[in-house]
Amino acid sequence: MSNNSFSRRGVLKTGMVASAGLALPQYLRAQESGFTNAPGASEVILGFNVPQTGPYADEGADELRAYELAVEHLNGEGDGGMLGTFSSQALEGAGILGRRVGYVTGDTQTKSDAARASARSMIEKDGAIMITGGSSSGVAVAVQALCQEAGIIFMAGLTHSNDTTGKDKRANGFRHFFNSYMSGAALAPVLQAAYGSDRKAYHLTADYNWGYTTEEAVRTSTEAMGWETVNTVLTPLTQTDFSSYIAPVLNSGADVLVLNHYGGNMVNSLTNAVQFGLREAQANGKNFEIVVPLYSRLMARGAGSAVAGIFGSTNWHWSLQDAGSQAFVRSFGTKYGFPPSQAAHTCYVQTLLYADAVTRAGSFNPCAVVEALEDFEFDGLGNGPTLYRGEDHQCFKDVLVVKGKENPENEFDLLEIVEITPVAQVTYPADHPQFAGGALGTCNPGA
Amino acid sequence: MDQFILQILNGLDKGSAYALIALGLTLIFGTLGVVNFAHGALFMLGAFVAVTMSNLLTLSHKVVDETRTDFLGNPLQVDVPYLYDFFGQAAGDTIIDWAVPISILVAIPIMVGIGFAMERGLIKYFYKRPHADQILVTFGLAIVIQEIVKYFYGANPIPTPAPEAFVGSFDFGVVLGFDPNAIIYPYWRLVYFFFSVVVIGAVFAFLQFTTFGMVVRAGMADRETVGILGIDIDKRFTIMFGIAAAVAGLAGVMYAPINSPNYHMGMDFLVLSFVVVVVGGMGSLPGAVAAGFMLGILESFASMSAVIDLLPGINQIIIYLVAIIILLTRPRGLMGRKGVMEE
Repeated sequence: MSNNSFSRRGVLKTGMVASAGLALPQYLRAQESGFTNAPGASEVILGFNVPQTGPYADEGADELRAYELAVEHLNGEGDGGMLGTFSSQALEGAGILGRRVGYVTGDTQTKSDAARASARSMIEKDGAIMITGGSSSGVAVAVQALCQEAGIIFMAGLTHSNDTTGKDKRANGFRHFFNSYMSGAALAPVLQAAYGSDRKAYHLTADYNWGYTTEEAVRTSTEAMGWETVNTVLTPLTQTDFSSYIAPVLNSGADVLVLNHYGGNMVNSLTNAVQFGLREAQANGKNFEIVVPLYSRLMARGAGSAVAGIFGSTNWHWSLQDAGSQAFVRSFGTKYGFPPSQAAHTCYVQTLLYADAVTRAGSFNPCAVVEALEDFEFDGLGNGPTLYRGEDHQCFKDVLVVKGKENPENEFDLLEIVEITPVAQVTYPADHPQFAGGALGTCNPGA
Repeated sequence: MDQFILQILNGLDKGSAYALIALGLTLIFGTLGVVNFAHGALFMLGAFVAVTMSNLLTLSHKVVDETRTDFLGNPLQVDVPYLYDFFGQAAGDTIIDWAVPISILVAIPIMVGIGFAMERGLIKYFYKRPHADQILVTFGLAIVIQEIVKYFYGANPIPTPAPEAFVGSFDFGVVLGFDPNAIIYPYWRLVYFFFSVVVIGAVFAFLQFTTFGMVVRAGMADRETVGILGIDIDKRFTIMFGIAAAVAGLAGVMYAPINSPNYHMGMDFLVLSFVVVVVGGMGSLPGAVAAGFMLGILESFASMSAVIDLLPGINQIIIYLVAIIILLTRPRGLMGRKGVMEE
């Protein structure tokens, strides 16, 4: 029989002392450095917050592959990828400011609350100095706000809604990915050239924030060139069969269907539209056409042959021939056996941009990083000359207009680049009505 | 008028899927008294039988094509299906094209087997437990099945096209004297509707005109008396579970070309199918079928833009609204037995 000397009070006291002891170095370091999660002398931790479960898990897996590759390259392993083509040349493959780069991962589940919880855990428990990732604008906006409060830099992953760098922008948040406005501005001239100015469009729009901003952007851009919008219908995000929404389209007077859908919605609505014979149909004496404003290769694969001949836009594509894209595709393809997605590309680039900003600033202090990233001009990362605009923390670069390939040679060869829209054509003033409301505020170093 | 006919047609194929799933659900509830929340997963597994068959038929070996390069600039390795080696390219392509109909043949034994395994391996231990326990365990099972499928097939939808012969749409508008394109309907959805009518008819005929079916119906009405007569009713009910699983699986196989299968598709249908069962009457087979088609058509009408403009959001709540009204006015459902859900 043992004599148990533990008491509840004793355990509580010991626990509190131990917790305080464990937290003390972090607290002292924060006090000393003046910002949250100042790294130790040997290692710096980055937090990769991606959807590892849920509907965008495949996209999240590709993002994680890209992050792991970026960490390898930052630590001087592998072939260096885009470090060799990046115009800054501040990174030498020796970690960040002499510290080896480590990382922790979180699962956003593509749910805002889960994403915030995993980001908070990585910040508070793992000491992550920067959070990056995500495959949804809802998640990006939620995590960006959390990072602002916590004094952590947020480098957004795949988020396309205008609001991320519009009404919900934050000083600690940065987006490399393009947005709904840019899709509309890039697509409209191509659509005009292909289908003419006398067109009547019918919009099916996913009933959430990204859908609204995309519909507004495409509608505004196409109406400006003479198209008429005959109807806009919101579809529930949970909808799987779009037949009842698509069946009335042919008889509505429209001759173009714009599918403001992404992910599973896009796959299903496009498949349904093709099944209903819209591609072969005639309306108003013209061939009926379908447009998908935001394309993703991973999603296009789900829709199969339905994407053939359909226009859309994308942030980046592995078939680009510039040195940066080629270097990234070579690194990624050699390591994983297939080309990277646009989600992988933006995540890889964001990690490099953060590391570069810290190196140029000579500090991990978020405010120093913000200063280094604001109005930073760079090249060699796959999108041509790019500006990280200081007013809204949005990257301005060329946008790709793509078309589903008629005869793909393999499962990756689904999209062909129709036009590289120059950055000037997709640039807008920071106070543009589609981005109205909200304020960047000031950077928060936390601590 | 043309819009009216169009939405009825639209509702028919959606209703077909609801009816097939609900039929299996209510069959299991009527025989075993189990509320099976894993039934949607069986529908999804059926669709993935089609995906797997398609993968098997396109099983390939690599042939290096020196004239072309891959994305890394290496000589392209072209996938050549083994079927080409066995039957030649033309016949091989035809077999691959018909992957979904071929899947029906293998889906029946596979789904019956999965149904047996599910019932014998797990669900039979929950017969005497409250419905809440049954719901929890079957819902948990559904999540496990989903995650297993996601592990092997990924989270993205996988295109599984219908045979080339069924690609395109039938123009009902021209036949019925309306404008061309006024009422178009994809061929495969017509096939789906007729297929579901045949399956539903076969299940009813099996229960109505066979001795086995007669015993099952007797067991549904009075399980104890049938047991006293020396009939092993449990064994027959297990077989019915397998049949219900096969019906859900076949619904899934045929649905694969309509929407590219993904691991979550079962859950999308499950909740609505439960509402269908409740509206039709728990345990009532004709009720499940009638309610399936009725709610499918109502859902289609609620998605018309004229209706949404009048009642915003109605497309998302119509089925639940009907369920509430039915439960308030006729708790046993449209064709439910007196006393069921009325105490």
